[in-house]
Amino acid sequence: MKYKVREKPISMPDVFTHKPGTDQQSTHYCPGCGHGNLHKIIGETLDELGVRENTILISPVGCSVFAYYYFDVGNIQAAHGRAPAVATGAKRAQPHSLVISYQGDGDLAAIGGNNIIQAANRGENITVIFVNNAIYGMTGGQMAPTTLPGQHTSTTPRGRSVRNEGPPIRVCELLAALDTPVYLERTAIIDPKTIGKTRRAIKKALQIQKDGLGFSLVEILSACPTGWKLPPPEARRWIEENMLEYFPLGVYRDKTKEERPAEEEYPIEDVAAVLGLDDDTGDVSPDRSGEGEEVHEALKIAGFGGQGILLLGEIIAEAGMISGRQVTWLPSYGPEMRGGTANCQVVLSSGRIGTPLVSRPNVLVAMNRPSFEKFAGDVTDGGAILYDSSLIQDVSAPAAVSEFAIPATQIAADLGNTRVANVVMLGAYMAINRSMGRDAVMKSIAIHIRKKDLLPLNEKALHKGMEAVKSAAVG
Amino acid sequence: MARKLMKGNVAVVMGAVLADCRSFYGYPITPASEITETAANLFPRLGRSFLQAESEVAAINMVYGAASTGVRAMTASSSPGISLKQEGISYAAGSQLPIVVVDVMRGGPGLGNIGPEQSDYFQMTKGGGHGNYRNIVLAPNCAQEMCDFTILAFELADRYRNPAVILTDGFIGQMMEPVDLKPVEIEPVDKKGWAVDGTGDTTDNLICSIFLAPEDLEAHNTVLREKYRRISETEIRFEEYRTEDANVLLIGYGVVSRLLISVVDEARRAGKRYGLLRPISLWPFPTDAIRKYIHQVDSFFVCELSHGQLIEDVRLAVAEEKPVNFYSRSGGVVPSTEEIHRAILDGKEEVLS
Repeated sequence: MKYKVREKPISMPDVFTHKPGTDQQSTHYCPGCGHGNLHKIIGETLDELGVRENTILISPVGCSVFAYYYFDVGNIQAAHGRAPAVATGAKRAQPHSLVISYQGDGDLAAIGGNNIIQAANRGENITVIFVNNAIYGMTGGQMAPTTLPGQHTSTTPRGRSVRNEGPPIRVCELLAALDTPVYLERTAIIDPKTIGKTRRAIKKALQIQKDGLGFSLVEILSACPTGWKLPPPEARRWIEENMLEYFPLGVYRDKTKEERPAEEEYPIEDVAAVLGLDDDTGDVSPDRSGEGEEVHEALKIAGFGGQGILLLGEIIAEAGMISGRQVTWLPSYGPEMRGGTANCQVVLSSGRIGTPLVSRPNVLVAMNRPSFEKFAGDVTDGGAILYDSSLIQDVSAPAAVSEFAIPATQIAADLGNTRVANVVMLGAYMAINRSMGRDAVMKSIAIHIRKKDLLPLNEKALHKGMEAVKSAAVG
Repeated sequence: MARKLMKGNVAVVMGAVLADCRSFYGYPITPASEITETAANLFPRLGRSFLQAESEVAAINMVYGAASTGVRAMTASSSPGISLKQEGISYAAGSQLPIVVVDVMRGGPGLGNIGPEQSDYFQMTKGGGHGNYRNIVLAPNCAQEMCDFTILAFELADRYRNPAVILTDGFIGQMMEPVDLKPVEIEPVDKKGWAVDGTGDTTDNLICSIFLAPEDLEAHNTVLREKYRRISETEIRFEEYRTEDANVLLIGYGVVSRLLISVVDEARRAGKRYGLLRPISLWPFPTDAIRKYIHQVDSFFVCELSHGQLIEDVRLAVAEEKPVNFYSRSGGVVPSTEEIHRAILDGKEEVLS
C-alpha cells in the first residue's frame, strides 16, 4: 500500500506570528474541533494549486475570527456576517487574486444571510468555506440558524423548538434555488473518507475560482465538542448520527463544465473622454456680451410637473453660465418631481452668489394658476411676472411689478407641439432682460434638447416668445 | 479645463473619477441617488468597479474590502443609509482604512423626509459607530467644492489611513452650479505597503480591528489618538467672509453658509458689521479660529438645520466669554435670509437640547 506523506504546507507559517501570547505553534481551537482539519486542508490545497501569493483570506466573526493567525497569505478580518460583501469588494478591486470567504453558521446564515445570498446570486468569483457546526462556538454555545430541532444550547435550554425558532436552515439547498452559483457541495469532517471528500471539494471550489468560472461554496459539517459538551470522538459520531439526516451530504450544484470565464463587457474609455474634459460648454466661444455689467437676477419658475419647468430653469442657468455669469439652479425635488406641481429657483449674478434660495424673486415665470397665486406676492418691487396667459386668466400682479401675459401654450400649439411652451416663455424672458445673449441661449438649448431634429422647432418657439413679449405688457 | 453646469451630487463623482477612485459601491436613497447613478454610468466605462449593493451595510463592507486591497474606494448615501453604514465606518477606522463616505443629509430622525437637514453633524463628527475614532469631515457649500473636496477627501484619507467624509445636504447635492473640471495630479501615496492586494509582497499583511489583549487594544487606541492629534493640528479648514471689522460673527456650514453670505451682504448694506466664519472641516473643528474673535465681536450667532449640534462645538470654543445666539430650522425647512436677520436681532440663546 502506498502512503502519501503530506508535508506541512508552505501556505501555513511555521510560527503563528500574528497570534499573541507565548504559544505560537498550536492553534487556539479546542481539541476535536473541525477548524483545525479544515485549515490544514485549505493550506495544503493552496500549495497544490500554487496560489498562496494570490490568496486573500477573509476571516469572519466567530471562532475562526483568528483564521488569519494560521495562513501565510494576505488576510482581511471582516465584520460579523459581512465577509461576502468584503470579499466582493476585494475581488472586484483585484480580479487576479484568489479570495476565500471563511464563515461559520451564525456569521453566514443568520446575520449575514442576505450577504451570502446576494453574493451567490451575483456570481461573485469567490470561494466560500462554510463551517456548519450547528452552534455559536465563540460566544459560548448559543443557538445557530443550523441548530437541530430539539438541540440544547444556552439560548434553547429546552431544546430548539421548530414552532418558536423555526427549523434549521439548509444553506446548500437554499443557494441551489439560485441560477448563478457554479458549485455547491456539502461535506463533513467525520473520518478519513469524509475528510478526503472535503479535500476534493475544496480543491475543486478553488480551482473554479482560479479558472474564473464564478461562485463556489463548500459547506462542511464540523464538530464543536465544547459547544456540544461531548468528548471529541463522540462529537464526530454525533455529526453522523444527528446532522447527516437533516443535512444530507452531496453535490447540490455543479456547472463547472458549462461555465466559461466572464469577459470584459465594456470597451474602456479614458478619463478625459468620459468626463468631457476637452468638450467645454462654459469657455468655448462664450458669449461675454454682458460681462462687466452688474447683474443679479433671482428667478422663480413654477408650473405643473410635465411642463418642462425644471428644464426651463436649467436652460436659463446654462445660458447664464455660457454668458460668463455665476449661476445656481435649485429644484423642488423628490415626490414633487412625480406629478403635481414643480418649481425651481435660478440665480444669475455677476458676483459670488450667496443664497441659492429665492424667497423674493425679481422674476416669476408662472406656467399655471396655482403658481401665479402662490408666488406673485413674493416678487420684489420693480420685478416682473411672465405668465402663460393661455392657462392663466383674470389675475393681477402687485402694483410695482411689471406683468407680461404670454399665450405660451397657444403659441406652442400653433407651432405643432405644446411641449415647447416653456421655450416660448424662455424667449419672452430673454427679451426683457440682458443677462444672457441669444447665442448663449441657443447653445444652451442645444445642450439640453437631446433630439437634435427638434432644434429648429425650439428656435422658432424662442423667436415667437421674443416677439410675443412686445405686445404682452399688461396695464 | 472644462466648465460644466452640474448638480453637486454629479460633481462628487467627477471628483472621484479625477482622484482615481477605483471602486464605488452604493445603494439608492433620495437625495443622494444621483451620486450612485452617475457612478453607475461612468465607472464601468473607465474599467473601474461599480456595484449597486444589496444594502447600505453591504455597500460599506464592499468599500472596506476594496480599500483593504489598496485601491481608492467610496460610497455615498443619505442620513438613514449613513446610520446603517456606521458599523462599517467604525471597522474602517479601527483597521485604519482610507475610505471616502459621502452623506447628503436629509430630515430625520427615523425615515424623516427627503428635505435638507444638517442633523447628521453629531453622527459624523463625534463618532456615530462604536469605539474611539474620528472621521475627517469636510463640508462643501457649492458644486465646485463637492468635486474638489471629494478629491481632497481621498488625499486626506490616504495620508492618514482614515475614513474621510463629505458631509453635505439635500440642497447642495441637488443644486446645479458651474464646475471647473481639470485633471488632478494624484499625490503619490507611498505604495500602500500595508494593503492586501493578492501579490506575494503582501502576504504578511493583515487588515483587522481586533486586538484581544486589553494592553494591545489600548496601544492601538493610543496610535489612533496620536493620529487624530496630528490631524487636528494640520487639517483645520475654514473660510472667513467680511470678518475684519465684524462685531457679530455668524457661524454656519454647508447650504446655511450660503444663506449667511447673503445675510452678511444685506446687513453690510444696512450699515451693520456682520461677518461669517464658515467651518469647512467640521472635524477637526476650527476652534482656535473662532476663539480668535472672542475679543473682537460682541456676540456669536450660530445657524444650523439641526436643533443644536454645531452650536455645541462653537460653545466649547467660545466658552462663556461672549453670548452665543442661535437659530435653527429642521424637517427640511430652510429659513429665508429675512428670517435669519430677525433671529440675529432677537438675539435668542435658546437651544433645544
